[in-house]
Amino acid sequence: MLKPSKDIVLKISNLSSWYGKVQILHEVDMHVKKGELVSIIGPNGAGKSTILKNIFGIIKKRKGNIKFLKKEIITMQPEELAKIGIAIVPQGRSVFPSLTVEENLVIGAYTRSDNIKKDLEYVYDKFPVLKERRNQPAKLLSGGEQQMVSMGRSLMVKPKLLLLDEPTLGLSPSMKKLIFDKIIELNKSGLTILMVEQNARMSLKLSDRAYVLELGRNRYVGKGKTLLKDKRIQHLYLGGVA
Amino acid sequence: MSIAAQLIANGLIAGSIYALVALGYTMVYGILKFINFAHGEIFMMGAYIGWTLHVLWGVPLLIAFPVAMICCGAFGYFLEKIAYKPLRNAPVWAPLITAIGVSIFLQSLAILIYGAQVKTFRTGEVAQGLHILGAIITPIQLTIIIVSTVLMVLLWLFVKKTKIGKAMRAVADNREVASTIGINVNKVISVVFVIGSALAAAGGILVGMEQNLTPTMGVSVGIKAFTATIVGGIGSIPGAVLGGLAIGLIENIGIWFIPSGYKDAIAFIILLLMLIFKPTGILGRKKEEDVRG
Ligand SMILES: Nc1ncnc2c1ncn2[C@@H]1O[C@H](COP(=O)(O)OP(=O)(O)OP(=O)(O)O)[C@@H](O)[C@H]1O
Ligand SMILES: [Mg+2]
Repeated sequence: MLKPSKDIVLKISNLSSWYGKVQILHEVDMHVKKGELVSIIGPNGAGKSTILKNIFGIIKKRKGNIKFLKKEIITMQPEELAKIGIAIVPQGRSVFPSLTVEENLVIGAYTRSDNIKKDLEYVYDKFPVLKERRNQPAKLLSGGEQQMVSMGRSLMVKPKLLLLDEPTLGLSPSMKKLIFDKIIELNKSGLTILMVEQNARMSLKLSDRAYVLELGRNRYVGKGKTLLKDKRIQHLYLGGVA
Repeated sequence: MSIAAQLIANGLIAGSIYALVALGYTMVYGILKFINFAHGEIFMMGAYIGWTLHVLWGVPLLIAFPVAMICCGAFGYFLEKIAYKPLRNAPVWAPLITAIGVSIFLQSLAILIYGAQVKTFRTGEVAQGLHILGAIITPIQLTIIIVSTVLMVLLWLFVKKTKIGKAMRAVADNREVASTIGINVNKVISVVFVIGSALAAAGGILVGMEQNLTPTMGVSVGIKAFTATIVGGIGSIPGAVLGGLAIGLIENIGIWFIPSGYKDAIAFIILLLMLIFKPTGILGRKKEEDVRG
C-alpha cells in the first residue's frame, strides 16, 4: 500500500471567503499529502463545498493562499486547473445530461492532447455498467450511475489530486458501498484524494486524516481513526448515524 | 401545379431561413440564458454586406456570400465581447436592453448608409421557375433550400463531432462543471456568437437574393425566428430547425384559411400560444433536467 509521503500536494492557508457580504470561511488551514485520503466533515452549511469551490477558483471573493505542488493557484481560473492535474466531482448530479456517457467521459480529457484510449478502458474497467450504456445520453442513467460517470470523467483528467464533494449523497446503501470501494481502490493505486462527506463515520474510517469544519472554521483535525474514537466528535457528528 | 404543393414549398423555403436565424437565438440562449434581440439585425447586416459586395462592387456571389458571413461572424464576436460580456453578472434586463439598443443602432446605421428605400440583388428578369413535385420553384428558391440545408448539416456535424462542438453542449448543460474540466467558457461563448451571426448573415443574403432589402427586414424575420426557437424548445438545436420549418409551413399554409394580409400575424399568435401553454417548446428541456450542484 502506498502511504503518505512527506510531499505536500495541497496546502490551504488562512483561507477566508465570502458570498456577497457574508463571510463563509474564516482563516481555514488544511493540507493534503501525496497519496493521502483526507476528509472534510461537518454539518450542513459548514462551508465544506465552499472550500472545494475555492480550490477550483469558482469563488472569486477570497483571501489567503492555496498551493498545489508548491505553486500558488488562488489566482488561477477554473479552466486552468484541470491542465495542472486537479479534478473535481462536484456535489449533486454533475454529469452533462445531454451528452452520451462516452462523450461525458471523453470530454473529461478536454485539456489533454495525449492518447486517452487506455484511460477510457480504465474507467470502463472500474465501472463496467458505463461501458454497456456508453451511447446513451447521461440523463437516462440512475443517480448512482450518473455518479459513476462524474467520477469516471474526473479520472479522465488524469488528476494528481481528486476532489470529491459528497460522492455518495442520495445514493442507495449498495451504491454507496460501491462508490466507497472505488474511492478506496483509487486511493490505494496512488491517487491523492480530498473528500467531503456527510457520512462522517464511513469517511473517518476510510481516511488517513480528517478535518472537522464548523461554521467555516477549523474545529478538529487528526487521523481518521483517532477522530472516530474521540468522544466530542462522536457526540457531535456520529450520534446514531451509521 | 397544385396549390398545396406550392404552399408547402413556399413554407419550406421561408422555414429554412427562419431555421438559420433561429439557430443563433437558440445557441446563445442555451449557453447564456439570454435572448440576443439584436440577432435579427445581424441577419439584415448580412444582407446589406452581401449586397454591397456583390451588387455595388461586383464581387462574385460565391465570394461575397462567405465574406458577408465572416464579417457578421466577426461582428457577433465583438458585439458579445464589448456589449454583452461586461454585463454577464448584471441583472437579466441589462443585456436585454443593450440588445434592443444595438438593434435600433444597427437599423439606424443601415438607414444612414443605404437610405430607407429598398435595394435588390435582382439585375435581369426573374428566371424561369422549375416544376418540382407539382410546385414551381425558382432557381434562387432552390438555392435557398440547398444552401441552408448544407449549412445546417455542417453545424450539426460541428456540434456532434468536433471537440469544441462537444464543449458547446457541455457548457449549455452545465457551465460551472464544464469549466472545472478545463473548458474555456468564454471561448465557447465567442464561438457560439460567431457561428450564430454567420448563419444569420447567410439567411440575410439568401432572403436578399429573393426579396428586397430594407433596414427593418431583420425585425419580422427576427420575431419569426424567435417564435421558431420557442416552438422548437429554446436551447435545442434540432428544435430550432424544426421550429423554423414549422413556422414557415404554418404561415404559408395558413394563408389558405385566412387572408394573406394576416400572414405576418400568424407567428405572433403562435408565439403567444406557445408562451401560454407550452413555454418549454416541442424539444425543450424539462425543468428537472436543469440540475445544478
Ligand atoms: N452561491 C451561494 N450564494 C450565497 N450563499 C451561498 C452560496 N453557496 C453556499 N452558500 C452559503 O454558504 C454556506 C456554506 O455552504 P456550503 O455549500 O459550503 O456548505 P456545505 O458544508 O457544503 O454544506 P452541505 O453539507 O449542505 O453541502 C451556507 O450557509 C450556504 O447557505
Ligand atoms: Mg456541500
